[in-house]
Amino acid sequence: MTVRSLPAIAAESHPSRRRRWSSSLAGWGYAAPTAAFVLIFFVIPIGIVARMSVSDWKLFTGDQGWNSGKNFQSALDDRLLWPAVWFTVKYTVVTTVILLVLALGLALLVQESSRWTGFLRTSFLIPSALGLASASLLFYALYSPQSSPLLGFTDKPISFLGTPMSALWSSVALIVWRYAGFYMLLLLVGLQSISGDVYEAATLDGANRWQTFRRITLPLLRPSLALSTIMCVTGSLLAFDQFYILTKGGPDNSTITIVQLVYNSAFQGRNDLGRAAALSILVLGALLIINVVQFRGLRGKEN
Amino acid sequence: MLRTPSRVLTGALALLFLFPLVWAAVASVSPQAGTKQIHGWGFGNYQTLANYQAGIGQYLLNSTAVSLMTVAFTLAVSAFGGYAFGMFKFPGKNALFLVTLAILMVPYATLLIPLYVLLNDLGLQNSLIGLSLVLTMFQLPFAVFMMRISFEAIPGELRESALIDGCGNFRALRHILLPAVRPGLVTVGIFAFLAAWNDFITPLVLISDSEKLPLPLAVANMRQQVMGIVDYGATEAGVVVLALPCIVLFLALQRHYVRGFMSGALKG
Repeated sequence: MTVRSLPAIAAESHPSRRRRWSSSLAGWGYAAPTAAFVLIFFVIPIGIVARMSVSDWKLFTGDQGWNSGKNFQSALDDRLLWPAVWFTVKYTVVTTVILLVLALGLALLVQESSRWTGFLRTSFLIPSALGLASASLLFYALYSPQSSPLLGFTDKPISFLGTPMSALWSSVALIVWRYAGFYMLLLLVGLQSISGDVYEAATLDGANRWQTFRRITLPLLRPSLALSTIMCVTGSLLAFDQFYILTKGGPDNSTITIVQLVYNSAFQGRNDLGRAAALSILVLGALLIINVVQFRGLRGKEN
Repeated sequence: MLRTPSRVLTGALALLFLFPLVWAAVASVSPQAGTKQIHGWGFGNYQTLANYQAGIGQYLLNSTAVSLMTVAFTLAVSAFGGYAFGMFKFPGKNALFLVTLAILMVPYATLLIPLYVLLNDLGLQNSLIGLSLVLTMFQLPFAVFMMRISFEAIPGELRESALIDGCGNFRALRHILLPAVRPGLVTVGIFAFLAAWNDFITPLVLISDSEKLPLPLAVANMRQQVMGIVDYGATEAGVVVLALPCIVLFLALQRHYVRGFMSGALKG
């Protein structure tokens, strides 16, 4: 017989229902702080934003009551809305394609571990330790006509943020620099979960490097690629910091994103919280639809 | 034979990634017209930064306080939460976990507008504590998820032996289980620190008192100082001050940072 302490024996002789009850009480006790945070700072605010979106609610006067969908009307009538939607989508597509292709390339480059690839990995990853705001401020100085080191190469002045096109590409360059290492790491984790046996079998079957990449690496990497795509698309659709700091929406309002429109409605100029809430409910809805479509699409290919 | 050219190429690529950071550090101390550091090398730009409005000391203090509070709140809530989700059965467990993860689905901007009103009602407007509480909420999906899988990875025998030895489940947590999930706690702590230190839009909406701004906002505001003329030297110095703690923390704890991604990939 093994020697056991008294409480253990006592616990065993109790009816199991009582034990389960006390265990679920303890479980709720430990989950209570999480529940409180989620309730106060997430569930209640969602309720407030829903009510706000159908109320006449200005920043300084507060809730003035139901206004029967006028906020949604006003948000949709904004002449900046559709250009902002178009710009945000364009920016998202460009960023996602460039970022994921580059990240995959980098991941393949540093796949094997050695001291040299360790150094490379760290170099690619360091920018992702910076905040997006800090990175934007850094590139703001990097692109400035006064201090830019990039102007030394040519005689005629380059304007990095002066035209809508250059402002878009300059922002994309900033984001690629800041996030390439981050997505590289995500894809690297996926690459390393592919077993070496599969590659060995492919080599034995006489597959060349391109065939191996096409037929083995890419399909087996699909879960990681799907996760990266969804994160990248969602992040880009909600872009704010980089445009607020780098371009301030200019030139000529050409780089205003949807989240900037929400921020401006609420806190700059209009101070109309109701309208901002209506707009952000629309954004939330669109985002949910886009993510459901992405999940379906990326999973569908697998079957 | 093939190694040298490929090393040159990949090395150049690595330098391309490092270049902006090195440039910012060098430019912040080099002579430049339109800044305080016009002649010769020196720390004139950092002086501008030090004397800007409330002074960089105040802003650094604000950022440090917000980051440390966010880390503390996040660690406490997610350690208990992870313990509950990973080791107990209770009614509503899955629903609560899913709602916590759903925070990821909702844009910051959508939540910040009602939070601005809610914090006013709670008397937490313009307060660094209010800001930390909100930043903690944004961290919870990752943190609770991470701690849940950390607790689930603990072998069942370890917990059972802890309970049978007559520990209550709180003592089992404190003395036996918390040491076992320490790597998870370090990862959660790093991510919480970096997120809180660097967040921009949350304090932009929630903090209006210029004495209470965290550093990223203060540096961003500094650019619009005098008549729209931007002091790029001071901006570069500000970037260095902002980036340095993040880079040091990252280099010191890179292993744990990577670990966070491993668990993220498991989820996907």
